[in-house]
This record gives sequence, structure tokens and C-alpha cells, in this order.
Amino acid sequence: MDLFNSVFIAKASFIGVIFLITLGVAAYSTYFERKIAAFMQDRIGPDRAGPFGILQPLADAVKMFMKEDFIPANSNKWLFIMGPCLSMLTALMTSAVVPFGDTITMGDVTFDLQGIDVNIGILWVFGIVSLGVYGILIGGWASNNKYSLLGAIRAASQNISYELAMGLSIIAILMMTGSLSTKAIVEAQQNGHWNILYQPMGFIIFLICAFAECNRTPFDLPECETELIGGYHTEYSSMKLGFYLFAEYINMFISGAVMATLYFGGYDYPGIGFVTEQLGATAATLIGAGALIGKALAFVFIFMWVRWTLPRFRYDQLMGLGWSGLIPLAMFNILVTGLGVLLDQQILIGIGGVVVFIAGIVVYDQLFVKKKLA
Amino acid sequence: MKLSNRTKVVEQGEMTLAERMYLPAIVGGMATTLKHFFSKPVTIRYPEQTRYLGPIYRGQHILKKDEQGAERCTACGLCAVACPAEAISMVAEERKKGEEKLYREEKYAKVYEINMLRCIFCGLCEEACPKEAIFLRHDQMVPVFSSRDEVIYGKDKLVEKMDQRYLREGWK
Repeated sequence: MDLFNSVFIAKASFIGVIFLITLGVAAYSTYFERKIAAFMQDRIGPDRAGPFGILQPLADAVKMFMKEDFIPANSNKWLFIMGPCLSMLTALMTSAVVPFGDTITMGDVTFDLQGIDVNIGILWVFGIVSLGVYGILIGGWASNNKYSLLGAIRAASQNISYELAMGLSIIAILMMTGSLSTKAIVEAQQNGHWNILYQPMGFIIFLICAFAECNRTPFDLPECETELIGGYHTEYSSMKLGFYLFAEYINMFISGAVMATLYFGGYDYPGIGFVTEQLGATAATLIGAGALIGKALAFVFIFMWVRWTLPRFRYDQLMGLGWSGLIPLAMFNILVTGLGVLLDQQILIGIGGVVVFIAGIVVYDQLFVKKKLA
Repeated sequence: MKLSNRTKVVEQGEMTLAERMYLPAIVGGMATTLKHFFSKPVTIRYPEQTRYLGPIYRGQHILKKDEQGAERCTACGLCAVACPAEAISMVAEERKKGEEKLYREEKYAKVYEINMLRCIFCGLCEEACPKEAIFLRHDQMVPVFSSRDEVIYGKDKLVEKMDQRYLREGWK
């Protein structure tokens, strides 16, 4: 069998395109982060490099490469270099299982717009994301700096805590779909049956956990400038620092894509049947891929929006929210979803679950919590 | 003792349910930031854009001439005396015959120098001047300089040009 057949080439070029899109989006996220921050603070933001400052990422990249690449004398040199590499590697690996579109036919080749359709799709995402902590942990430890170490320890415990709630919120979706494959999950949501309608509570839990997993504000305690200087990347400079920051933006984009896949119908969009009729299946698929990327970018915007709105959590509040807030809530969500699957009334039970939850909290509040005086 | 009657005792009890849930406050905060996202930026891109600083802003110094184009300064030295930063120095000279068109008084400043690194732009020279000769103009600032040679402003930079006269609000 010829290994370099046309399917292989098509797949390889697709993966290359996804790679480039991811890197491009991550580079321009830095620009839009600054722009959005500026607009939310009634400023203009970077506008010197090129029209509206759109060459700013290029200038930043040049700056990053030109700076001195410093390795502290007492650091563990190899681990110090390995940290950012690992962060970058794991950040880029996650996108492999995100289905960017339906099958596409070019000439006599038909292939999926997806890196690999493994039957453990969503577990792959979880596995890679948990490996991503190693990049931060190793980098922080190898720096031989107490602030870096504190940041790394925070990152590790935070990611472990929020992975639990994240996994539990996914279980509800798995119960509905019956498959771990991301492709199957998206296909079950086609024609407007988006999971957000069935799983509003699960989505909120997943969103909050995604913030924590990406180390974004309000959960950016690992790099917490006010307490830990720069957190795990205190000792890093030049492009090694750039890789850490880059990995964060890639993670944001990919987690947006994963959220769109799991809760917002993936590459589904209104009027897909009409487009297929008018322009053909290939165009419909490509627009679908655009829709998925658009949804992911919308999530990236929400990430930034929240960053410039909310202050940072205190560490005990962070742990409290994760362990005694989100995990019980996710378990409750699993119960509600199970009931919905059992009675075949998923939307009704899903909304009912939210209502019951809020009612329960109000009743608890009325009965057991001390009131304000006067 | 109460300094004013505006003191307000704040009672901080337990948080209410809505406060403990965080979410209503988060939604409110995000609405605020979104409102600002679409509002007009207040930035002025300084070197390209400037704004009106008011009629009495104390900018760069100018040695005024009168309507006939004669210098008003008579080198009395009151500005140099008034200057708290000792930025002003001058050399006086007697007016010769035939120079009546150039200098209004019988004595004039042959050299008049202001050290812009010393000047604190307090405007006391303007207050001290009995001849209404020196002013700090409101529409122009001392430009940025990069070498020490540019710091001391002589008469070439200070004396008013007749083709671009300096006018302040309320003057004729």
C-alpha cells in the first residue's frame, strides 16, 4: 500500500491548515486582547504598527526573538527549556480531535475535516489538557525561584480541582450521546438540537472550568502578578516566555472550539440544508468549518470580556468554588440528565433541573442562613 | 468628635443569596464593560492631536513687539529677579540713533536668554514685567530637545515674528 496516497496528502494539508489557523488566531488574540482591553477602558489600544496597529503581533514576535534568552544559573537547564516546549506541544495537540466539518470531497478523495476521529475523542482532550499542567509545573520548578514554584503548585492544584468538575459536566453529555467520539457528539446535535438547550447547567459548569483550565482571569492565580511577580514564568524571557503566553492563547482558542463542539452544535449552523442545496456539499462543509471557528472566536471574546471585568479570586475562594460548588452541582446535573434520559423529556427536565436547583437554594437560604440585621 | 454630619454608619451583615451566588453581580459587571466597549474612547493621540489648554496656559516664552514692530523689552532685569529658578539672563545695551524703529525704549536687551531646563513655567516673569514684553504663550509648548545646545533659548527663538504675531483672548 502506498503510504503517500492522496488521502494522506489531503489529511496532512488539512492538519497544516488547522495548525496555521490556530497559530494565526493565537497571534492575533494577543492583539485583540489589548484592543478589547483598551475599548473596555475607553482607550484606543495599539495603533502604531500598521493601520489600526494590525502589525502589532509581528512587532511583538520580533521583540520576543530579539530579547536576551536568559537561563538562570541555578536552574535545571534542560527542564527549564522543556517547560515552554511542553506547554506549546500540548496546546497544539488538543485540536486534533475537534471536528471542523463534515466530510469533504476533492476529486476522488473523500476525507473528514478532522485530525483524527478516535473513539475516545473527548478523553483525548482531557488527557492532553492534564498533560499541559506539566509544562507549567516543570517550568516553575526548574526556575529555582520560590515565586515560580508557588505559581506552578497553584497551577497544578487548580487544574486538578477543576478537571473533576469539568469531567463530571461532560458525563451528562456522554449519557445523552452514548459516545465519547467528538464526531458522534456533533452529529447528534445537527439541525439545531444543540446541547446548550439540553444542558444549560452543564454548560455553565464547563465554561467556568474552562476558564480555570486556561488559567484565565478570574482564575489566573498561577501567574498572579500582584502576589507572585509573574508566577510560573517569572524567570522566563525571550521566546520561551513567548511560548508560554502563546500556549495560553492557543488553549483559549481550542477550548472555545471544544465548547462549541460539545454545546453549540460544532459545525452546525442555521440554514445548512438550504446552503447544501444551493452551493453544494463542499461549500456547505466549508461554511460549517467557518461557523465552528466563528463560535470558537466568540468564546475567545468572552474569555477576554470576563478578564477585563472580573477581579481575581482569592485562593481559598477558588478551591471552595471548585470543590464545594461546582462538583456537587455537576453531580446534581448528572442526576437531572439521567432522569431526562429515563423519561425521554430532556429539554423539560433540563430546565426543570435548573428551576429545582434555584428553588432549593432559595429555600435553604430562607431556612438556614442568618439574615442581615434590619 | 464629628467633623461633619455626613458620616454614615455602614452595617455589613451576611451577604444575601444573590450576592453569594456571584452570578448577578458578574452579569452586571459584564454589562458595564460591554457598555464601555461601545462607547467613544477618550484618548487624544498627543503629538498628532492636541487639545485646547485654556487661555492662560503657560507654554513657551515670547518677547512681544509693539504695533510698529519695535521690541518692548527694556532690559530692566525685573523678570530675572522675579524668576525663582534663575533661568533668565540678559545683557543690556543703549539704543543708538536710528534704532528707534527696532527698540521702543532707550535701553534694550542685546542678549536675552532663558534656560529651558531651569524654567519651571511659573509665569512670574510675565507678572513682573513692567513693559508687557514677556509672555508665556498659551498655544505653543517648548518643543522636546535632545541635546544641551538646544536648551538655552536666545533672542532668535524668543522674539515675536511680525508675520505671526501672538494674540491672547481679550487682546486687541
